[in-house]
Amino acid sequence: MQFRKTSAALAAVLTLSLAATACGNGGDKGANGDKITIGIKFDQPGMGLKTADGKYTGFDVDVATYIAKELGYKPDQIEWKQAPSAERENLIKNGDVKFVVATYTINDKRKAVVDFAGPYFLAHQDLLVRADDNSITKASDLNNKKLCSVTGSTSAQNVKEKLAPQADLQTFGGYSECLTGLENKAVDALTTDDSILAGYAAQKEHQGKFKLAGLKLSDEPYGVGLKKGDKELRDKINAALEKMKSDGSWDKFVKANLGPANYKNEPAPAITEK
Amino acid sequence: MFDFLDNPQYDLLGAFWVTVKLTLYSALGSLIWGTLLAGMRVSPVPLMRAFGTAYVNVVRNTPLTIVIVGCSLVLNQTLGFALGGENFEDIGFRMAVLGLVAYTSTFVAEALRSGINTVPVGQAEAARALGLTFSQVLRLIVLPQAFRSVIAPLANVLIALTKNTTVAAAIGVAEAASLMKTMIENEADALFAVFGVFALGFIVLTLPTGLILGWVAKRVAVKR
Repeated sequence: MQFRKTSAALAAVLTLSLAATACGNGGDKGANGDKITIGIKFDQPGMGLKTADGKYTGFDVDVATYIAKELGYKPDQIEWKQAPSAERENLIKNGDVKFVVATYTINDKRKAVVDFAGPYFLAHQDLLVRADDNSITKASDLNNKKLCSVTGSTSAQNVKEKLAPQADLQTFGGYSECLTGLENKAVDALTTDDSILAGYAAQKEHQGKFKLAGLKLSDEPYGVGLKKGDKELRDKINAALEKMKSDGSWDKFVKANLGPANYKNEPAPAITEK
Repeated sequence: MFDFLDNPQYDLLGAFWVTVKLTLYSALGSLIWGTLLAGMRVSPVPLMRAFGTAYVNVVRNTPLTIVIVGCSLVLNQTLGFALGGENFEDIGFRMAVLGLVAYTSTFVAEALRSGINTVPVGQAEAARALGLTFSQVLRLIVLPQAFRSVIAPLANVLIALTKNTTVAAAIGVAEAASLMKTMIENEADALFAVFGVFALGFIVLTLPTGLILGWVAKRVAVKR
């Protein structure tokens, strides 16, 4: 029965590969931990970005590195894992990452699935416009404007439902696509959290072309996402965040990553998730 | 667990209706452009044959996401080409149909070409002996028989097209996949329920297509 042998072999291979992927790389291997896996964004300049030469830069990356240092991991023991918005909860729940630092706004629906430490940063929804454009001074100015955002994002929903229902909203898979339209005047503004916008405006190839409108359209407290019920880790991360603020590292990280865009950041927020 | 379905903010039927509209317009366009392409690939004019072959091989091997995002970013955002659409909702829909037609027609053309190969050479030779021109041979003798033998493969192309419409979410067309992204963003606690609802929606759309067209294919096939 050649056929049965083949199918049995196939089944074995399938089971093995499933088992191998299910193991994951939770990060706490060994007593002292050889590696720690942290989830960040790979595509947000200024916050979390994987550069062309394979380095990781951004405010979230600096914060995560600092927390890891406080937990006893050197920078070369950190394994970065991409955490796209839709997958953050599952990465945490399945133990694929120890924690997530990825412009992760704390809200109740998410708190039902994961725990947060922090917040470590307070962002606001804002607009990025061309540097010479002064026609948008308040949210309702958007009603006869062409606006761009990312499909499904909270910012896009916020505009459609509350801020400016008449705005002509184009959504793309990522923010980079919006910048093409903004530069070519196909759209008038790009909306998302100001921290992310500042990161784009500060990029070398965009410097001087765009500016932030500074409207503060919503509050987005960013937290560190971690497994539900892991109170010990949460306390440790909160302690690390406190230390980061008091020793001046927080200000240094903000200035280094978001400074070039003339971004007026909020002071470091008080920790509420305990 | 499924209480998000009662939230009036999510227009589930509306989103799937956009999916259906995208599918129907694109299917119609692909059938027309795909038939022309198949005609070109078997035509006696070398230039047309070369164009048909080049187009089919290039577009068929380009990822659909690149085709559709390219339509939107290059044609619309950079060159200002809008296909007569007024706002981004219209423009996005039309750009998505354009991209889907450009892509799917290559598969229609290849399916049809295989259908043309099932028609015995004698049929075309007899038609030519009667004095019919190439386009008459193709229109009156070969294509009617070819179509009848490729209903089932075309049904597969249609099903693939239905699923491919989800790529239009990348340029912001408000179809099912786009609503799913919105729901995943908001309903972090019911992730798998959201996935389940949309998977079921696509089964409801594609399964009957396959069953009905499979039945039609059996009915109309030319028995040789």
